[in-house]
Amino acid sequence: MRGVGAARFGLCLLFHLLLATLPLRAEQIVAGLSQSNIAITANYVGSEILIFGAIQRDAPAPDGPLEVVITLEGPSGPLTVRRKTHVNGIWVNTDKLIISRAPHFYAVATTTPLSSALSATEDLRHHVSIPRAIRAVGAASVDESPRYFDALIRLRKAEGLYQLQEGTVDLAQNTLFRTSIILPANLAEGSYKTRIFLTRGGQVVDTLETSIMVQKEGLERWLFALAHEQPVAYGSLSLAIAILAGWAAAAVFRMFWA
Amino acid sequence: MQIYLPIAEVSVNAFLLLGLGGLVGLLSGLFGVGGGFLITPLLLFIGIPAPVAVATGANQVVASSVSGVLTHLQRKSVDLTMGATLLAGGLVGSTVGIWVFNRVSEAGLIDLFVQLSYVIFLGLIGALMLQESLRALRRARLSKPQPRRSHTWVQHMPFKVKFRTSGLYISVLPPLVVGFAVGILSAIMGVGGGFIMVPAMIYLLGMPTKVVIGTSLFQILFVSAYATLMHAVINNSVDILLAAVLIVGGVIGSQLGTRLGVRLKAEQLRILLALLVLIVCFKIALDLLIEPTELFSIEVTRP
Repeated sequence: MRGVGAARFGLCLLFHLLLATLPLRAEQIVAGLSQSNIAITANYVGSEILIFGAIQRDAPAPDGPLEVVITLEGPSGPLTVRRKTHVNGIWVNTDKLIISRAPHFYAVATTTPLSSALSATEDLRHHVSIPRAIRAVGAASVDESPRYFDALIRLRKAEGLYQLQEGTVDLAQNTLFRTSIILPANLAEGSYKTRIFLTRGGQVVDTLETSIMVQKEGLERWLFALAHEQPVAYGSLSLAIAILAGWAAAAVFRMFWA
Repeated sequence: MQIYLPIAEVSVNAFLLLGLGGLVGLLSGLFGVGGGFLITPLLLFIGIPAPVAVATGANQVVASSVSGVLTHLQRKSVDLTMGATLLAGGLVGSTVGIWVFNRVSEAGLIDLFVQLSYVIFLGLIGALMLQESLRALRRARLSKPQPRRSHTWVQHMPFKVKFRTSGLYISVLPPLVVGFAVGILSAIMGVGGGFIMVPAMIYLLGMPTKVVIGTSLFQILFVSAYATLMHAVINNSVDILLAAVLIVGGVIGSQLGTRLGVRLKAEQLRILLALLVLIVCFKIALDLLIEPTELFSIEVTRP
């Protein structure tokens, strides 16, 4: 019995090795973005980014349902999640978890519910779903305290910073796809990574990665740079504006009331 | 109209900011308080990150106090000698306060400590002021002459100085101690300390109410200017665009408040300030007592 089992295992391994050497990328993604950079100016109120593309085939399409999963991930930074507890009759922040890195923004858009578009194994490998993606960035600290980690996702989802949009990718004739992702007004600067996954029966067939730059521009850029590079000058400028405005108001009103 | 704030990194309605600035400026001109204990919670409420709210609030307080002080200087209702004495005590107190703040932070109890300080001091001062000013109002209505308080223990102290504008001849020690104590509290609570300074000047030093407001604003001006500069240099957390919009509303409000203050009776002003202080105290106490719907909160650590 044992011999039969070993033989079956060996055959299976051989089959997989054979598959790996074949030209697997029979279907390939060709994609584009509506813009490759986003400028944050004084009147920035959020924006919508359009992600679209087509599937290129060398051979006729194989069987199995074809799905597209698109993710958009913002820059990461450290954060602290605090929890209030009831101590001597008052509610106060007592416990905290410092998460070394978590993305400021993360969105997933799919053609069908994520669980059917992507198998659990593939999710584990590519870190696609929100918990997997955040965990992949935040590393070890989150595993110890899942409650804090869940709270982070819940709070950021409520703010529209973490989005799961199932069924929002349009797929036409199994070839053309498009979706739009809404970026909020409180956007952080940096590089936003876009990943497009093509799946068949929950297995990833092809992936494509590209990025969008989000940057402050004009007055916003100048003030931000001044505040960080010349803080004394910046602080003095803030004070000068305040003193001048206070003096001007007193002078103007004195004329009015006189 | 929305504007994107470069340091706070959020987009907010400019008219809402103008309104907030105006409201706090009005109170500042009316009562001689900087408004730090109001502007910071209000900015947090509209989604400005905490470090930016505290630092930018201080910058806005500079503008409204300059505007108020100039008007009071013109009316000769600022006691410069008293203001300088309070300030000297205040700067030493702030330094000690920052040390205490850091020690409590290390122990991980700073949130509780700050919130409890707010509840205790706002509650105590609000209640005392309300009681005293109601009694004064009743006395005024009965048209009995108000007896001048005799500060026997204050009068027997050494180093007497003439505070001409206040009409006082007292020791410099009580104002130095008051300035010092307010300095400690303002460093811990992150406010200018006007709401503590004003009652302390009236009840402890026996200064006339009309002089108290201008002198308090004079002292707040320097404390908040110092705080703004420190925040800008150490934390890069002053948002100049946010401050500019708040200031435009604030200076107008401050001027209206200063003029309005002239028409109201001193007792009425004190009742209004007492009620305001009690409302803020009540709000903070409720937050501590009622179980919040969300126990967790996120704080982004700045690099």
